[in-house]
Amino acid sequence: MTEETRKCSVGTAVSYPVIGAMGKTGTWRTYRPVIDNSQCIKCLRCWIFCPEGVIVRGEDDSVSVDYVYCKGCGVCANECPKKCISMIREGEE
Amino acid sequence: MAIKDMPREELLLPGNAACPGCPASVALRVILKALGENTVLTIPACCTAVIQSLYPKTSFKIPVLNMAFETAAVSASGIKAGLRMQGKDDVNVVAWAGDGGTYDIGLQALSGALERGTDFIYICYNNEMYSNTGVQRSGATPYGASTTTSWSGKTEHRKDLMGIVRAHNIPYAATACVAYPEDLYNKVKKAMSMRGPKFIEILAPCPPGWHFDMSKTIEVGRNAVQAGAWALYEVENGKTTFNGPSKAILEKKVPLKPIEDWIRDQGRFKQLFKPKRDEARIAELQAQMERDWDKYRRIVAGECAEL
Repeated sequence: MTEETRKCSVGTAVSYPVIGAMGKTGTWRTYRPVIDNSQCIKCLRCWIFCPEGVIVRGEDDSVSVDYVYCKGCGVCANECPKKCISMIREGEE
Repeated sequence: MAIKDMPREELLLPGNAACPGCPASVALRVILKALGENTVLTIPACCTAVIQSLYPKTSFKIPVLNMAFETAAVSASGIKAGLRMQGKDDVNVVAWAGDGGTYDIGLQALSGALERGTDFIYICYNNEMYSNTGVQRSGATPYGASTTTSWSGKTEHRKDLMGIVRAHNIPYAATACVAYPEDLYNKVKKAMSMRGPKFIEILAPCPPGWHFDMSKTIEVGRNAVQAGAWALYEVENGKTTFNGPSKAILEKKVPLKPIEDWIRDQGRFKQLFKPKRDEARIAELQAQMERDWDKYRRIVAGECAEL
C-alpha cells in the first residue's frame, strides 16, 4: 500500500493518484513492442500516440518501453514511420 | 506546436483501466499536457469514469469530479462559481464528456452553460456510440452503423452538434481528431487563452465499439479526416477556419474520396457489404458526406444563415 492510499482508509470518498491503479496492466499483453533504436529517428510519434503513456521519453528523446504497464495494443508499431517497432508474441524471442 | 515541444509530464498515469488502444486515453494525455496541473476536470458517466480506476485509487494527477450523466456542463458552472468566490479564477475548469453525455443526455445542460456564458472548456470525445455501457446507438452514431440497439444498421443520420453549439454564438468552438495531436494541442491552448464558454469535439475511434484491430486506432482516425468523413475546423468569434487535410478538401484541392475507403475496415459497417453489397445505403452515406461539405462551403462563403 502506498502513502496515498493509506491516507484515505478513514471513511472519505476521495481517491488519490497512484501509478498502476488497476495493478500491473502489462499482464494483459499478448504481443510486446520491441524497439530497434538503431533505426529510430526520434520523431516521438510512438510517445504521443501511446494510449497508456508507457513509452518512456529519455533526456535525448530516445524511447524505450515500460513493460510493467504496457498493454500491448500495438499502436506504436502501427504508427512508427520507420517501422522499427515490431510486435513479438510473449514467450518468444 | 511540434510533438517534440510538448511537455514531458504525464497527468494521466499508466496502469489505468482503459482498454488497450483506447482513443480517449490518447486524447486525455494530449489535452492534459496542454492544460497543465492547474485544472479541474468534471466528468459524467462515460468511459473516463472507468479509466480513472477504482476507489481509493485514481490514475489522474489532477482533481476529477464524478457527476451524474446529464450534468457535465452544469457542474462546471458550479465549480467555476465556487472557485471564483475563493479567488481562484485562474483555474481551468474543464467538462470532459462522451458523445452520449453531450449529444443526447447532457444537451440541455450544455446549452444552459453556453447560454450563461460560463468561463469553461467543454470537451466532447466522440466515439459515436455509448461504448462504456456496451455499444448502444447514440445521436452521434452515423447512418448504417451497427450497434447493439441498431443491429442491422442505424436508419437515421447523426445530428449536427457543432451547428447547435455554433448557434449559441460562443467565442470558440472547434473539432479535432486523436490522429492529429498537434492540432488538438493548439486548439486547447487557444481555448485556454479566451474567456467565456469554449467547446471542442474530438473524434475518438473506439476499437471494441467500431470493431477494428486495437493497433489501428490512430490510423482509422486519420482515414476519417483524409476521406472527408470528419472535418477539422474551428469557429472563432463567428469566423470559420478549416485546418489540416480538411482545408484542402474544402477548397476542392483534394477530391472527396469514396466513403467506402473509410467504412470498409470497420466491423460496424459490415452489414453494408455482406451477404451482398447494399448499394442504396452506401450511396446514402456518400450523399450525406457531400451534403455536409456543401454546407461547410456555404458557411465559409458567408452565405449561410447561421453566420
